[in-house]
Amino acid sequence: MATTEVMTVNMGPQHPSTHGVLRLVLELDGEVIVKAVPHIGFLHRGVEKLSEHRTYHQTLPLTDRLDYLAPMSNNLGYVLAVEKLLGLTDAIPERAQTIRVIMAELTRLKSHLVWLACHALDIGAMTVFLYCFRERENVMDIYEQVSGARMTSNYFRVGGLSADLPDGLEKKIRAFVDEMPGHVDTYEGLLTGNKIWQKRTMGVGVISAEDAIDIGLTGPALRGSGVDVDLRRDTPYSGYEKYDFEVPTRTECDTWARYHVRLVEMRQSCRILRQALDSLKPGPILADAPKVCLPPKKDVVNSIEGLIHQFKIITEGFKPEPGEVYQEIEAPKGVLGFYIISDGSAKPYRMKIRPPSFVNLQALPQMVEGSLIADAVAIIGTLDIVLGEIDR
Amino acid sequence: MTENAAVGKLKEKFSGSILDVTEFRGETTVTVKKEDIVAICAFAKGELGYNLLSDVCGVDYLGKAPRFMVVYHLFNISSKERLRFKAPVEEKDPRIDTVSGVWATANWHERECWDLMGIVFNNHPDLRRILMPEDWEGHPLRKDYPLQGPDREPYQGRLS
Repeated sequence: MATTEVMTVNMGPQHPSTHGVLRLVLELDGEVIVKAVPHIGFLHRGVEKLSEHRTYHQTLPLTDRLDYLAPMSNNLGYVLAVEKLLGLTDAIPERAQTIRVIMAELTRLKSHLVWLACHALDIGAMTVFLYCFRERENVMDIYEQVSGARMTSNYFRVGGLSADLPDGLEKKIRAFVDEMPGHVDTYEGLLTGNKIWQKRTMGVGVISAEDAIDIGLTGPALRGSGVDVDLRRDTPYSGYEKYDFEVPTRTECDTWARYHVRLVEMRQSCRILRQALDSLKPGPILADAPKVCLPPKKDVVNSIEGLIHQFKIITEGFKPEPGEVYQEIEAPKGVLGFYIISDGSAKPYRMKIRPPSFVNLQALPQMVEGSLIADAVAIIGTLDIVLGEIDR
Repeated sequence: MTENAAVGKLKEKFSGSILDVTEFRGETTVTVKKEDIVAICAFAKGELGYNLLSDVCGVDYLGKAPRFMVVYHLFNISSKERLRFKAPVEEKDPRIDTVSGVWATANWHERECWDLMGIVFNNHPDLRRILMPEDWEGHPLRKDYPLQGPDREPYQGRLS
């Protein structure tokens, strides 16, 4: 009689389909995964500890480096939390809010493009990868024009934005938004009706709605299991209540469902972007809060008062009253939360980040166990994890 | 205020274990005794509908007694309401019961809290370090843990 034994295989930390430095220890019975144990922490930089030793303004650049595929979403979550702590939420000018929405939705497109590119590449569809990165480059260019950096943007500020949109950028964003739905059609043309794609995604990585909520899944992964929750609509922030958009859900609970939800989300992002661009009016981009916001650059270089003002905010920071706030936003990968405790000093007493990928990755073992090893690659892709925010 | 309705029900059911209720910037915080945290969380999930546990973390109030707070952020998916629980934990006995039996998602959050803050979760199914290496000594997010790491001189390059 033939006997079988379980074999342990290490996947990662250096493996192209683990999307960063994720190590998975897989126990295999033939090609079937019996047990999967993720090991994380290879990219731990101690962002929470560092933030306790920096002023609120100085902490902002650290947030770029969490989910480095969607830096402005992290910026947004952080500045909203600090503004809530300061009681400034209602003082943010309309133009700043609208530009924040525009950048956040472009970021969603950018993040979903990387997800689709890598997910498709992992499963063997290389053409999609090249197309997605071509479109992502447009968003990178927009990033570069507003902030000077392609990835670590650091564009938002507590109270508003670091700078207004440069001339002509609105037109460029509009052109991109107009052509983007056509590109999504192209991806769908390559994948949705593709028999190989269907075979690799349908019925793979199934997780029921109850299990998904229990394990804490959020974002497209939760909506792919049929739970209709999107914080942009349910607990609106930064003026999202003004926009008309749909929240896609699917009930298949598998990789296919999550694929479809994200594609619809990309089309909905274009819809929000179009409305936001239409409603963009001239106006201030920083709140009228001189104790918190940096003065305009022309005052700093032309007057001694402006210079001193800038110097004081840079060196001393601002001091929110003691208290604690928790702010969540709908980041591209799920719910991103910032919990900030102030003790009345210029530095956060404690900052806890609730990264969506960290919690979503936790669902991986229960999604892969019992499936084939090749499907593990598809399931890692469908969870859309970024190790930068998992390890922080 | 429906949020307060939830607090009212909690007060009714667990009158002896609620230490404090505060409101700040529209957020409700309920401080509870750590002995009853599992029962209170199960009640919040089962009866009050807070079905999603967003986050669990520890806070170190060095120099105060009790030294630690374990903080739970709850979200009600159908009514879109939030609630925060805090449970004080003494320095001498940094232990609290796990809520991973109530929400499976607490598993990794509690592992992280153990790893970085050194709070032990009783009856946790898999309490190992998660972000730091397995053989690491100390808990980096504690306030008495130096920023530059153990056995290193603090950075002197900048004076401010």
